[in-house]
Amino acid sequence: MPEVLKAPLAVEFPFTRSLGPVQSAFLTGLRERVVLGVKTVDSRTLVPPVEYDPVTAEELRDLVEVAPTGTVTTWAWNHHPRRGQPLGTPFAWVLVRLDGADTALLHALDAPGQDAVHTGMRVRVRWAEERTGAITDIACFEPYDGEPAQRTGHTGEFEDAVTGIVAAARLDYTYSPGRAQSAYLHALSGRRTVGERCPSCRKVYVPPRGACPTCGVATSEQVEVGPRGTVTTFCIVNIKAKNLDIEVPYVYAHIALDGADLALHARIGGMPYDQVRMGLRVEPVWTEGARFPDHYRPTGEPDAEYDTYKELL
Amino acid sequence: MTREIREIAVVAFAQTGHRRTSEELSEVEMLMPVLHDVLARTGLKAGDIGFTCSGSSDYLAGRAFSFTMALDGVGAWPPISESHVETDGAWALYEAWVKLLTGEAETALVYAYGKTSPGDVREVLTRQLDPYYVAPLWPDSVALAALQARALIDAGLTDERELAAIAARSRTAAAANPHAQLRGATPPGDPLVAPLRTGDCPPIGDGAAAVVLAAGDTARRLCDRPAWIRGLDHRIEAHSLGVRDLTDSPSTRLAAERAGAFELPVDTAELHAPFTSQEVVLRRALKLDLPGAEEVRINPSGGALAANPVMAAGLIRLGEAAARIQRGESDRALAHATSGPCLQQNLVAVLEGDAQ
Ligand SMILES: [Zn+2]
Repeated sequence: MPEVLKAPLAVEFPFTRSLGPVQSAFLTGLRERVVLGVKTVDSRTLVPPVEYDPVTAEELRDLVEVAPTGTVTTWAWNHHPRRGQPLGTPFAWVLVRLDGADTALLHALDAPGQDAVHTGMRVRVRWAEERTGAITDIACFEPYDGEPAQRTGHTGEFEDAVTGIVAAARLDYTYSPGRAQSAYLHALSGRRTVGERCPSCRKVYVPPRGACPTCGVATSEQVEVGPRGTVTTFCIVNIKAKNLDIEVPYVYAHIALDGADLALHARIGGMPYDQVRMGLRVEPVWTEGARFPDHYRPTGEPDAEYDTYKELL
Repeated sequence: MTREIREIAVVAFAQTGHRRTSEELSEVEMLMPVLHDVLARTGLKAGDIGFTCSGSSDYLAGRAFSFTMALDGVGAWPPISESHVETDGAWALYEAWVKLLTGEAETALVYAYGKTSPGDVREVLTRQLDPYYVAPLWPDSVALAALQARALIDAGLTDERELAAIAARSRTAAAANPHAQLRGATPPGDPLVAPLRTGDCPPIGDGAAAVVLAAGDTARRLCDRPAWIRGLDHRIEAHSLGVRDLTDSPSTRLAAERAGAFELPVDTAELHAPFTSQEVVLRRALKLDLPGAEEVRINPSGGALAANPVMAAGLIRLGEAAARIQRGESDRALAHATSGPCLQQNLVAVLEGDAQ
């Protein structure tokens, strides 16, 4: 078996989320070092507050301030903090019921060791130095052995309330393409295009994905195709893509390589964009060290008859 | 109220050998042998299936629309009647069961797969949490389960010794399960997020599973002893962890009630408890700790502590329970699946075989 191909793959996105009125008040409050809860119809105070009652689904709007001090209701000791978590040294995950609240908030507790943590212990909010209106405006909790802190009597009305958050998220993967695509990529590195034939319907798939989507069976017989092929259809790209150093307009085309039953797509170069047409015969152009063709260019052969590629459109 | 319920059964089940990594295979390459296996058990061809439903999550392997690629393994041309859920395949089975109940299909293929090896599954699962108040803190799946375990210990409902015994019992049972990833007892291991130790946590791995459902006489024709679905229900908890009583699972209890689980005793329970402490919660919610329930075989397959291909592990519980009925080793079994942090959502099925 050839070596398994692997490559790093990062999926990263800044999620922009708008806030409902209760969430907005809560997160704006954190920015102003005020903790707000919301009252339910049966007079329970939920912290963190939600827009709708978790039991009755009724809309909730009655904001009420609670104290930045509270009691640990359960905890877990995190020996090895991970990326993105509130503290970089070992800490306790805690659910904290703040004084004045009936429910608990999840956060981190900074403590010297797990012997210093127990259910029922008193803690208080440690505020982040820079606050933007986010749950991370609470840097963490810390041990506290005083009376419940005084509330400021805040109404929950703020100037300049936050209306949204931007939550950055990044996940890192090690991508491996599987058996069929690995074989395809290995062959490409030798400048050969190798597809796979379905044992049932005999179609040759390029690039192969390991299964015939029509028959639902594994493809395995390797078939070298091309290098020449026929443009089956195309479009003209007029908008420059970010990080792509190609002058617009250019042509992006579906190309049925000779011997393949599925068209792959690639850029057409080597001729004016407005002269590319269906049936145009093309061949790959390789650049030094590349693992795949840079683009396809005209071969100069006569155009293919429509009937020879109409099934591949 | 009386209701005429169409008889529907699980008639076949297949799964991969679950492994730490399947890096040499794409998702469809991992899944396809399981699809062929489950169809071969019934003699059906893909084109004979009335409805196809799958469960998976693109986040696990970081491959957008991977479920459409996986469909390549089904043979979806000419176009088939098909659906997908972005959660455990047990919920795909629920959708297929409803489809069969409507009479719109006679048979259904349900499959699920999870390829967690390309990513860091503890981190990936943080992305399913409340995006405003919780996800920005990146609390991983083990940390949340550990908060639940501590709450159970504080309440006197379990202790670390019992948790270790659950792990040992599960993995010892898995020695007889050729598909399991951890086969045979493992040491409790080091604390991972205390009070949970590595032994309290599921193995991380890749795998797939599939079942075929059939209605009435079709089921009798396809299978010597169909596993009849007598009841199936799923329920959800409030999403905020701090609102819930983490030592209890009212959603599991309600789903079990609605599925008829308490009407007659079961002899087998396949519980989807990825963490040892969650089995304690489930046994209480399902009344499996009450006098008289001592005879119930809990997780004879080894459960999720022996193999936990995320998105398939719940469907596997239903498949394992059904396979036990088909083999004549059970007459009435309960199967449970969960999704989300700390048993957020729960599904309960009651399966029965005809008198032997
Ligand atoms: Zn085919």
